[in-house]
Amino acid sequence: MADMTIAGEFFRGIVKDNPVFALVLGLCPTLAVTTSVENAIGMSGAALFVLLGSNTIVSALRKQIPPITRIPMFIIIICTFVTIIDMVMEAYTPPLYEALGIFIPLIVVNCIIIGRAEAYANRNTVKFSIVDAFGIGAGFFVVLVAIGAIRELLGTGEIVLFDLKLISIPITPATFMILPGGAFMTIGVLMAMVNYNKIRKAKKGA
Amino acid sequence: MEDSLFSIAINGIFVQNFLLVQFLGLCSFVGVSKETKSAAGMSAAVLFVMIMASIASFLIYTYLLLPMGLTFLTTISFIIVIAFLVQLVEFIIRKYSPPLYRSLGIFLPLITTNCAILGVVILNARLDYGFVQSVFYGITAGLGYTMVMLLMAAIREKSNALKVPEAVEGLPHAFFITTLLSMAFVSYFQVIPT
Repeated sequence: MADMTIAGEFFRGIVKDNPVFALVLGLCPTLAVTTSVENAIGMSGAALFVLLGSNTIVSALRKQIPPITRIPMFIIIICTFVTIIDMVMEAYTPPLYEALGIFIPLIVVNCIIIGRAEAYANRNTVKFSIVDAFGIGAGFFVVLVAIGAIRELLGTGEIVLFDLKLISIPITPATFMILPGGAFMTIGVLMAMVNYNKIRKAKKGA
Repeated sequence: MEDSLFSIAINGIFVQNFLLVQFLGLCSFVGVSKETKSAAGMSAAVLFVMIMASIASFLIYTYLLLPMGLTFLTTISFIIVIAFLVQLVEFIIRKYSPPLYRSLGIFLPLITTNCAILGVVILNARLDYGFVQSVFYGITAGLGYTMVMLLMAAIREKSNALKVPEAVEGLPHAFFITTLLSMAFVSYFQVIPT
């Protein structure tokens, strides 16, 4: 991997290695908290913070961590950052903390973060690990906000962001989209669209 | 606090079903539900770890963390307990059923990072459940997980024969099935008054 560039590594996290669509990791928070755009932003912000922290520490310590005990050590490193963000959000953004509920402590077991520690930070320098964290974090953010926007728009007829009404459309709100079923359907449709695009591209290349 | 065991059971299995309503444990759900056999093995392992984790985490939370004012260590101590239990289950399965061990493959160590299990113990702590309630919630949540897992595996096995557009094959297809299942479960909201 001699020809790594910072921009290349960053965009790889958004498109080619998108955590949700390409790697199929971190599904639980993706579906659970995306009832509104605001929650989606809060969740991806928290995940980005933890990812950044864990990637940095793991790659800084990658020569010290013995391979055989690496997973427990990753989990403890991740858990430290989760505890920090958990306490910070409880103190400064109580409504968001309330809305995200148990999904904040559950960032510990988010496969995206431990997956990146194992697959990337453990093998690369601190600089690239930080870039990778930003890239993957941005990929996660894009997906969460997209799903959140679709569900909030169809489910309530408007998108409200920090008390600011962004868009409102004159439809009868389809409560179904806010319910769990809507989440599964949205991600199914989005995933099918991504697959369709991929297949079309592959055919064009061949 | 004063939830009766019956309402905990209905909640754990149907109304607040972990997979379909609370979105916990989805990674293993889409990953292992291709065959009934591995789905059953995975569910059994999850059920076992869930019950043991409920017991262990209740003891740790009530007798260690609360009296010493260490509740900020909740997440980290719970995850260590779970990791330990998963290791135990892995040893047992490897010893007594090598074929099951092979078919569960990567998902066995991944139970550690299964949100359903950490979810149960954190919910127990947040809801202030007593010992019996905690364990009971662990059992019923595990049963709910098992039921949906088996349903899904059965549907997926049968629907293998269906011809679907190329882009929908695999995961999107699984998600559409889940949508229908989830709609059925969500309607339990109206059946049981809370």
